Amino acid sequence: MNRFAELLDRLVLTPSRNGKLTLLVDYFRTVEDPDRGLALAAITGDLTIAAVKPAMLRMLVTERMDPVLFGYSYDYVGDLAETVSLVWPQTPGKIPNREPTLGEVVAKLQAVSRSDGPKVLAGLLDSAGISARFAIIKLVTGGLRIGVSARLAKQALADFGKVDVAEIEELWHGLSPPYMALFAWLEGKAEKPRNTAMALFRPVMLSNPVGDGDLEKLDPADYAAEWKWDGIRVQAVAEGGIHRLYSRTGDDVSGAFPDLADAMHFSATLDGELLVGDPREATGTFSDLQQRLNRKTVTPKMQQQYPAFMRCYDLLQLGDEDLRALPFRERRGRLEALMKALDPSRFDLSPFVDFADWQALENLRRAPPHPIIEGVMLKRWDSPYVAGRPKGPWFKWKRDPHTVDAVLMYAQRGHGKRSSFYSDYTFGVWSGAAGEEELVPVGKAYFGFTDEELKQIDKYVRDNTVERFGPVRSVRADRDNGLVLEVAFEGLNRSTRHKSGVAMRFPRISRLRWDKPANEADRIETLQALLDR
Amino acid sequence: MRAADLLHPRPEGLYCPPGDFFIDPVRPVGRALITHGHSDHARSGHRSVLATQQTLDIMGLRYGEDFAGTTQAARLGETIALNGVSVSFHPAGHVLGSAQISVEHQGTRIVASGDYKRQRDATCVPFEPIRCDVFITEATFGLPVFRHPPDTGEIARLLKSAAQFPERSHLVGAYALGKAQRVMRLLRDTGYDKPLYIHGALARLSEYYQSQGIDLGILEPATVEDGKDDFTGAIVVGPPSAFADRWARRFPDPISCFASGWMRIRQRAKQGGVELPLIISDHADWDELTATIKETGAEEIWVTHGREEALVRWCELESIAARPLHLVGYEDEGD
Repeated sequence: MNRFAELLDRLVLTPSRNGKLTLLVDYFRTVEDPDRGLALAAITGDLTIAAVKPAMLRMLVTERMDPVLFGYSYDYVGDLAETVSLVWPQTPGKIPNREPTLGEVVAKLQAVSRSDGPKVLAGLLDSAGISARFAIIKLVTGGLRIGVSARLAKQALADFGKVDVAEIEELWHGLSPPYMALFAWLEGKAEKPRNTAMALFRPVMLSNPVGDGDLEKLDPADYAAEWKWDGIRVQAVAEGGIHRLYSRTGDDVSGAFPDLADAMHFSATLDGELLVGDPREATGTFSDLQQRLNRKTVTPKMQQQYPAFMRCYDLLQLGDEDLRALPFRERRGRLEALMKALDPSRFDLSPFVDFADWQALENLRRAPPHPIIEGVMLKRWDSPYVAGRPKGPWFKWKRDPHTVDAVLMYAQRGHGKRSSFYSDYTFGVWSGAAGEEELVPVGKAYFGFTDEELKQIDKYVRDNTVERFGPVRSVRADRDNGLVLEVAFEGLNRSTRHKSGVAMRFPRISRLRWDKPANEADRIETLQALLDR
Repeated sequence: MRAADLLHPRPEGLYCPPGDFFIDPVRPVGRALITHGHSDHARSGHRSVLATQQTLDIMGLRYGEDFAGTTQAARLGETIALNGVSVSFHPAGHVLGSAQISVEHQGTRIVASGDYKRQRDATCVPFEPIRCDVFITEATFGLPVFRHPPDTGEIARLLKSAAQFPERSHLVGAYALGKAQRVMRLLRDTGYDKPLYIHGALARLSEYYQSQGIDLGILEPATVEDGKDDFTGAIVVGPPSAFADRWARRFPDPISCFASGWMRIRQRAKQGGVELPLIISDHADWDELTATIKETGAEEIWVTHGREEALVRWCELESIAARPLHLVGYEDEGD
């Protein structure tokens, strides 16, 4: 249990992706079965344990210590799981010779009945030290929140076994904790596990951005063009009566889109973009789509107001036939034939964009006909469907980003290589009547600048600090003083969480406007106008 | 004699009227008794100072030889009479030279502990509990959430991380007096024999520790001037403030570590951008505080700098009289 607890503690404080991968790979290497597989399941969210409510936890602890002292402690720490793990009294007679393993803890928690839950949990907490208690409480209260996605965990498995992450993704949904066959294969001790489960995920094909000079070398006649829809990439797999919707990283998202999943009356694997609206009438905007994202359950009203549909652009499997090796032109033909049989309110075909040469396409890309289009996709007619991001067959060519001139308001210290630099910037634009203007924060960005520019901004922050709060400094920013940043972003969403009412997508610093006086930065109305488009 | 007549707070610090002296005064006074060398307890400019020889030496290093009008060294355990008040110094286990001060007059004994800890520390003499009527305890970590783990386990985590990330450097934030030397000594105790790199602010104090027989091994300045600019795999020790500073840019992709009792709280580590928190403290944790209070046998406890309310509450539950002693000018946060 301690090794798992230590892993959690390190992961939560390690900001860098590579650092997290190293910690995970080392853990898989040094910890034996079944503990490492259970830890993996806990991280990917595939471990099922009867949940314990926070109120129960609080009751257990206040039965064991003075409630006033517990109150002081909880006020100070602010996190219930952490407080309980720290203050839980160790009864001298009850400390066992060794702490329980993760496997033993999970086995006990999975076997317990609802009524015995609190007693068993208390027994486990009695038998563990502080870090292990924290990990146990995190397991039973659900949600480790350690900043490790399932995707990153799979990458760590791939690094550990020196295989391609696509292989892990393809296998993943046929496996279950504690993944002993998977680890045996990754360690070279057994054959690759064979997948017998139905409706499995196929690793997706990704595109590269069009770079400078890329197109000059390419013949427009070799490529098909489609709009690039700004929805979410999904893979719809129906096989033997099982319907699954997967995200591009292989997470099962069927639960969030039951309306679409129910309509999958086919035996095939489709690749496309999930959007909302009715494809025969109107496609919803990104704000509409947002209503359906990141929800565990979805109400009938929500499904009716923002129905989900899939704009299909590829066909990977039809019945028993794997089409991935066929050229795109042929797959597309099969897709078009299949589409005729599908529910037209839930599935439509991503249309081609006709173009004669790159200049014509460039004009279309710059002025797309719908706000949810973010550019064009280029696909080689003869390309097979290959997992990963091969260079050449697929390109994305996005429309130019929006930009706004904003004023630097707060700067936060970075991590790792940047721990001595103020490298995360919160910026704002002007709002309020003439003579009473104030800055309202509209976003935060931590990249887009060069190392040299980082040094210059860092110096500016240190020289113009007004206040300090921990790692954050507030920077002098008023009508007469302030650093203007040109911020590029992909889109704007309405936000009830931000005072400004807007949230930027993918903001980054595109230029430092040392030359521009702060009072000439943009106003909030400029951004609001963008929202209403 | 009533305890409050023997010692009570004044704006300058804790004052003893019959003896006419202050303990750890925060402003210049006529006669000061100093528990240890941390700057919020040991200030310069007093007319006369009574402290252990090591505390006097440390004050000299920090403030220059003329930090006080006159100085007198107190030997641990030896009783000194000041205007008829019996005063003696006893080890506090906090940092090198640290002492508790016992003040006794007309049958009443008060022990002012200064800062103290009970965990073993190879860089200073261990704490000795002194029987007394009133015990003045610090409460820096006076909440039941503060439970310091064994320091050897924390150092093992540092070494494990150094092995896991050999291409990076580990920057260990540790206060210049006490913590830094303890961390270095703990590393040496594991057999770690590579040079340790130190920030300039640690140099003189570390040298002084070495002169007092505390072996810290080979210490090298973490400077780039001598052409040395490759700190790959190095362990660097410096004051925590330096790591947020431009000074830290010479290190390759550093992992920031902080050796402090505060690192027990995840949010504290997170806010400070600490990647590897090391829970190593020079103050007593909750269990040490409560055990020490019992050991002194004191009928009354005065609680100072830190989280007084929880410790006062604990004393109430144990039927021990207790009250917060509102002294101003001490850092509640230093560790």
